[in-house]
Order: sequence, then C-alpha cells, then structure tokens
Amino acid sequence: MVRGNKLNNNNIIRIRTALLNTSTHTNSEPAIKVQEEEHSGTQPQATTTTPKPKREPFVKNLFLGKFDKNVLAYPEVLDQERHELLHEMVVPIERFIDEQVDGAKIDHEAKIPEETLEGLKSLGLYGQQIPEEYGGLGLGATEYARIAEITSLDGSIAVTLAAHQAIGLKGIIIAGTEAQKAKYLPRLATGEWTAAFCLTEPSSGSDAASIQTRATLSEDGKTWTINGNKIWISNGGYADLMTVFAKTKEVQRDGTIKDKVTAFIVERNFGGVNSGPPEDKLGIRGSNTCEVFFDNVPVPAENVIGEVGGGFKVAMNILNSGRFSMGSSGAGILKRVMKWAIEHATTRHQFSRPLSDFALIKEKFARMSVNIYAMESMAYLTAGILDGTQDPDCSVEAAMVKVFSSEGAWKWSSECLQVLGGLGYTKSYPFERYLRDARILLIFEGTNEILRLFIGLSGLQHAGLELRNLVKKLRNPLMNPGFILGKGIERFRQSKDNPKLDLDLSGHLHPSLMGGAEILEYCVKRFQYAVETVLARYGLEVAHPANQLEVARLADCAIDLYAMTAVLSRASRSHCIGIHKSDHELKMALFFCEEASRRVRIAVKDIEDGPFNSGDNVITEIADEVLNNGGYVAGHPLTRTYW
Amino acid sequence: MSLRVLVGCKRVIDYAVKIRVRPDKLGVVTDGVKHSMNPFDEIAIEEAVRLKEKKIAKEVVAVSCGPTQAQETIRTALAMGADRGIHVEIPAKEMEKLEPLHVSKILAKLAEQEQAELVIVGKQAIDDDSNATAQMTAALLDWPQATFASKLEKTDGELEVTREVDGGLETIKVKLPAVVSSDLRLNEPRYATLPNIMKAKKKKIAKMKPSDLGVNLASHLEVIEVVDPPTREAGIKVEDVDTLVTKLKDSGRI
Repeated sequence: MVRGNKLNNNNIIRIRTALLNTSTHTNSEPAIKVQEEEHSGTQPQATTTTPKPKREPFVKNLFLGKFDKNVLAYPEVLDQERHELLHEMVVPIERFIDEQVDGAKIDHEAKIPEETLEGLKSLGLYGQQIPEEYGGLGLGATEYARIAEITSLDGSIAVTLAAHQAIGLKGIIIAGTEAQKAKYLPRLATGEWTAAFCLTEPSSGSDAASIQTRATLSEDGKTWTINGNKIWISNGGYADLMTVFAKTKEVQRDGTIKDKVTAFIVERNFGGVNSGPPEDKLGIRGSNTCEVFFDNVPVPAENVIGEVGGGFKVAMNILNSGRFSMGSSGAGILKRVMKWAIEHATTRHQFSRPLSDFALIKEKFARMSVNIYAMESMAYLTAGILDGTQDPDCSVEAAMVKVFSSEGAWKWSSECLQVLGGLGYTKSYPFERYLRDARILLIFEGTNEILRLFIGLSGLQHAGLELRNLVKKLRNPLMNPGFILGKGIERFRQSKDNPKLDLDLSGHLHPSLMGGAEILEYCVKRFQYAVETVLARYGLEVAHPANQLEVARLADCAIDLYAMTAVLSRASRSHCIGIHKSDHELKMALFFCEEASRRVRIAVKDIEDGPFNSGDNVITEIADEVLNNGGYVAGHPLTRTYW
Repeated sequence: MSLRVLVGCKRVIDYAVKIRVRPDKLGVVTDGVKHSMNPFDEIAIEEAVRLKEKKIAKEVVAVSCGPTQAQETIRTALAMGADRGIHVEIPAKEMEKLEPLHVSKILAKLAEQEQAELVIVGKQAIDDDSNATAQMTAALLDWPQATFASKLEKTDGELEVTREVDGGLETIKVKLPAVVSSDLRLNEPRYATLPNIMKAKKKKIAKMKPSDLGVNLASHLEVIEVVDPPTREAGIKVEDVDTLVTKLKDSGRI
C-alpha cells in the first residue's frame, strides 16, 4: 500500500508541476470552475437550495471498472428562472459580437479596439462568475459555458476575458479573504480593472516549483518585496491587478529553511511593475501577451492569497477550474465555421454538381457534426456535474474536455478551410484566422501531452490504491493460486476480447440506444482490463518517462469512454423529452460510440500486446537514433554505394 | 413636469431571418423562427429611457400585445431601462389577424388608464409595415402626433420634434400629451447589459386581455394571399457605354 501510494503520489506531483507550467505558457484560456469552487463560495445560484448530492469522481472510478450510472441521466441544473435568464442574456451578447466585433481587424491590427473592450465591460462580461454581492453575475459553470460559446467567436476576445476572470482574478474568488474580495472584486467585475495571472518565467517552464521570482518579508512583517520576471502573461501589458506567484522562505519544524511558493495580489500602481512589448503571435493576435517585470515591488502582507507557502495549491486550483469551458467554446466556434463552409459547399459547383453532392465533402460535415456533438455533450455534462454536486472532483473530466475539444477545434476548422480550397487559404475568408486562433488551444491551459499524462496518472493513482493487492497477486501468481484461478477466468475472457457485460447500462438509457450502451459497457470492461494490465506490467514504474505511450493510451481510452457516456446520456434525454430532431442525435450518438469503440479496441489490444508487439519499442529506437544523430538519419534517396 | 411615457414594443420575426411563405399562402412561417423586438420599437424604448435619464420622464411603461412569448420582448425593454411592463395577451392564432386599429385602441385605452402624457411607438413594424398605429392612436386620443421623429427635444410643456421628410428635415412643435413615432435615426439603441437583465427580473409585468380594456378584436381586413416577391432576373454585361445606352433605349428605360 505504502509503496504503490507513494509512487503514484510522486507521479502526480511531478505531472502537476509540469502541468502548471505548460498551462501558463501564453496564460490565456477560456474556462472556469473547479472542484475547489465549493469551498470558495462561488456556488452557482443556478441550482436549487436543497443540498446537492455527493458523488464519487466518475472518470477516476472508470479506471477501477466502476461506472456511476447516475451520469447517464444528463444533468438539468438550471431551474426555469435561471434557464430563461440565461437565454435572455445570450441575445445581447450575440448581437454585440455580430455587430460590434470585427475579428479580421482585431487580427490584422493585433489589438482589440478600446471601444470594443468598453462594450464587453458594460455588457457585464468581466464579472461573470464573481458573486452577485461583489457586483458580478454569479454565474455557474453551465451558464459560463454557454456564454463562452458566444464570446469565443473571436479568439482574442475569448482569451482576454478568460485571462481576466478564469485565471487572473480567480484566486481571489477561490482562496481570497473577505477583505480582499470586498476590496478588489467589485472593480474587477465592472472591468474598471483588468486582471492577469503571472506564474510562468523564462527559466521555469515545466517546473513551477523552480520559479525564481522572490518575495521577501520586511522586518516588521507588514510588507513583502517582490523581484522577478514573468513571461507569456495575457493582459500583461495593461492589467491593473495581477495574481503573482513568488518564492518565499519558510522555516520548517526542524529549523531548516525551505523555499515555498506563495500567491500575491499585486496592483500595478504599487510601483516597480513594468511590461515588455506585446508578443507577435500566430493566432489570438489581439490578445495582449507580454513579459512583466517586478522590480522591488512592495506588496502589503494582507495581499497574500491563501496561506504563505500555499501558493502552489492555489495555482493548481485556479488552473483546474478553468478547462471545462473549452468544450463549449470549441463547439461554438465550429458551429459557426461549419455554417460558412456549408454555404460554400452548397453553392459552389464543380463537374456540374454542388460540392455538397460529393461523398468526400459530405463525410467532413457528418464527422464534424458528430465531433461537435461529443464536445458539447462532454462540456455541459462536466459543467452540470460541477454545478450539481457537492464538492465535485472534476479535474480529470475537465482536462479531458480540454484535450478532446482543442484537438477537434484544430482539426475541424482545418477541414472547413479545406472545403473552400484555395479560397479558404486566403485572408479574404475567416477560415485561416479561425485555424490560427485554434492552434493555441492545444498548447495553453496545460499542453495536451501534459494533460494526457495528468488524466492517465490521476486515474492510475486512484485505481492503484484499490488495485494494490490485485496487482501484487497478479505479479506473483505462484504464491496466490486460488486468486489467480478466479481472476483467471475473467482475464481469460478478456484475453479473448470477450468481457462479461454485467453493468446493465442499457437499462438506464432509452431503448433506441441499447446498441450504444452495450458498446460502452464493452469498452468500460476492456478499459478496466487495460488498467490492470498496465499496473501489473509496470507497477510503480508506470510514471517513468519511457512509459508515457502506455499512459497516453489509457488517457485516450478514458477520454473516449467519457465522450461515449456524454453523448449517450444526452441523446437519451433528448429523445425521452421529445427534443426536436432527437433522432438525428440518436444517430450521431450511436455512430460516435461505434467509432470510439474501435479506437478503444485497438488501444487495449496494443496495451495487451505490450511495447514489443505494439511498436512502441521501435518508436523509441527510431527516435533515439534520430535524436542522437541530431537530425534525420537515413541516407539521401539518391545516395549510391556502387556503379 | 415629469412625464409618464408609454412605449409600444412588438414581437416580430428577427430582421436577420430569411422569411418563408406558409404553404397555405395566408401568412409566413413563424414556428421555430427567431423573434425579437421590432427594431423601430427598440428605438422608441431607447428614446423613452433617455428621457428618463435626463429626468424628463418619471416612468417608462413598455406595452406589448401578443402571445406568451411577447413577455420576452417586454423583458428586453425592461432590461434596457423601462420601469414596468404591460402584457396584453393575445393568442397566437388571433395575433395573425391583429390590426393596427386594434393595437391603437389598446394603446389609447392604456394611455388613459395609466395617465401617460407621451406615447412613443416605432414608425412601423418590420413584419407588416403598416405604419398606422401611431397615427390612429393619436386620433383615438385626440392628441397631437409627431411621426417619423429623428430628434426629440422637450421644451416647456411641448416637444420639439425633427422629422425626416422627403427632401429634408421638418421641425415641428407638439403640445403634450402627444404621440410620437420613432424613425431609424432617432438614436442608437443600447445593448441590454447582463446585470440589467438580472435586475429586470424583479420588475413587474401586468397581464391583461383586450376585453379587460373593452377592445373588440373584430377583423376589418382579410388576407387573401401572401406570395414571395418575384425573383430578380439575372443582369447582363455590356461592352461599353454606347451599348448600354442602346440597350436601355431598346428596353424603353430611357
């Protein structure tokens, strides 16, 4: 127990550390809301006053083969009043974005015009999740996700808004004192002040604990002095308030002194804060990304967020809280871009037919719709769990939504561009801009690589505790013959790719989705087997960098499982309550499950086969040869060794 | 003197929606179609709210006649700054036959009941383009009217209204109480902000039926047929100005 536990904790810490840093690269992201939200008093007023149910973490439990069937009831967290209110709010925001925002101009000039920012502020978009008593709108995760669908129609605006409230001021909401909230939140809610989040440094990319920025406390204990440089700070050029992470010295119980990270609220007008020029970027060009320099900046002691030395946890909570809304943002963008591509496909004729007659074009729109459907379903399922659960643990789910939707946004905005051909490649059309803007989604808020490890290792850590004994026995069959016999039957069935389906998932869905339910159940079982196999094979070594391909495979399976759950649950609800065109939804949900199960089948087979047979070893060998050579190894195709 | 202003706001098919004629050719498709407040009525609401902000008006009351969803339109008006709403319930079926005269009678009656000194409505609704409600309301109340207002200023007990007329601007003075209809350039309506939308939830909307106001909805008009506008024929390209002139002469255009 101690052994497994310890290792897994180490992994997670390592991964989280890496995660933190990657996520602040270009520090900017649409998003919000975390498990820690519950403690923070930012409860969405959306939900009823009856106590919310507690739930075990859904995806983490999937690593154990446990499936919480409550999740198959797609969440409905908004009561009628909140529901209507949300739909009223959507109208002016949509109009504002359509009528007042010139995305091409923002991209070209690499700046959001002042009057556009003023418009966003006066609409109330700077205080979406700030509680009402501090002048904000007090929106829950579901409502925030819905609004993100619209505000993300311009990438620069989405990132500016997110840097302000999803990370910049989030620390105050999550861990701030009453006095800090009362002092800062009202002016942040109106946009009178803009916030930014300052973690990443030039020398501290993957290791947040290695930041060099330092805060020292004056002798009277009243003032900290901060010195250091931060990079990739969204809104960094003009933010009036920054959440800054710096090293502080902490005396340990044994008298030694240790460096810890502490979070501070820094006002620009404390003095000594300077910003570099805005970075010239591929996309989200209107979002202001700068270096920020802190030169002997005096910060009052009451501006520490949370506890001195507790800054690492604050940073984690802020970042974990954000990611889920990327799903609705990505879906919002793709729905818009797809509409334009369809307009072209139906009016452009080649070979005397509209492009939309050709199967290869049709396929794009079909797959794109299915992908958008999955994105939306996952995003709002996650938001629903966040809003409707007591102390929700959704960090893994949120990371999955981020990975899935960022890759979907990138791939499908590229395919929409493809439909236009050469026209799509020009700046006369918005496709290339949306494609460039989408690229950041795979990088910030934790790169997708880091997040896959986070998903896989978080799940394995969760499972490791409970599977400790199982794994021990599996690794030592001779000493545990009885156990191996019982487990052997189950594993024999698994080795024949024929797991026993006993979860009765189809009993919790509309009968039209029975096929999908069985597929999902099959995948859940296969996934459990894959998790056991990986743990038995690597034990504590699973977190070793050499084994990342296996961990990523588990993460990809888990993402597919969550996506299948989300689409089935949503389609079932839509069909049961008679939503217009729900048969279309059923079709998409079933198709998604079919495709996803093929991916899971292959991944589990690869895991079962092991690195020698799956090709992982060859990948490693080729990579090592190339890397050791400092470049491409093979001779030129024209090379001759004889005449 | 502080005015109470009554503003009419109609729920219409959104201006951006492509209109489709119903198969029975007696109307257009409204099911599942996006609706919003008539843009000219939005201008009317904006003007009333500005009067209130200038402390010329003491209260702005938004009125809408229509089915349940008309309340959404009233909510928008409330979010823009109107103080309260009146929803005159008219079932969707009867809505199709609602005429400017009916609405005028309702507005006139409400103006009396509410002791309003100013009624502002859009110059026309973008669905039926009748451009008649303001005029008939003024007639029913026997109040002066200032239609197609593009500027509105209050002087002592009077309104100075600039109207866009063919060939220029006309400035008139009307005594209060009066009826004004708003033209496109009167103002640029604000966006309802999210905090104001939330606050609007607490504002009251009174519900009533036309019969409560003694208004009879008997039809005076019958729709015989609704058809799509003729599709425009494709143009042609000409080589030079001479050919253009010849073609125009041949087709009898010049």
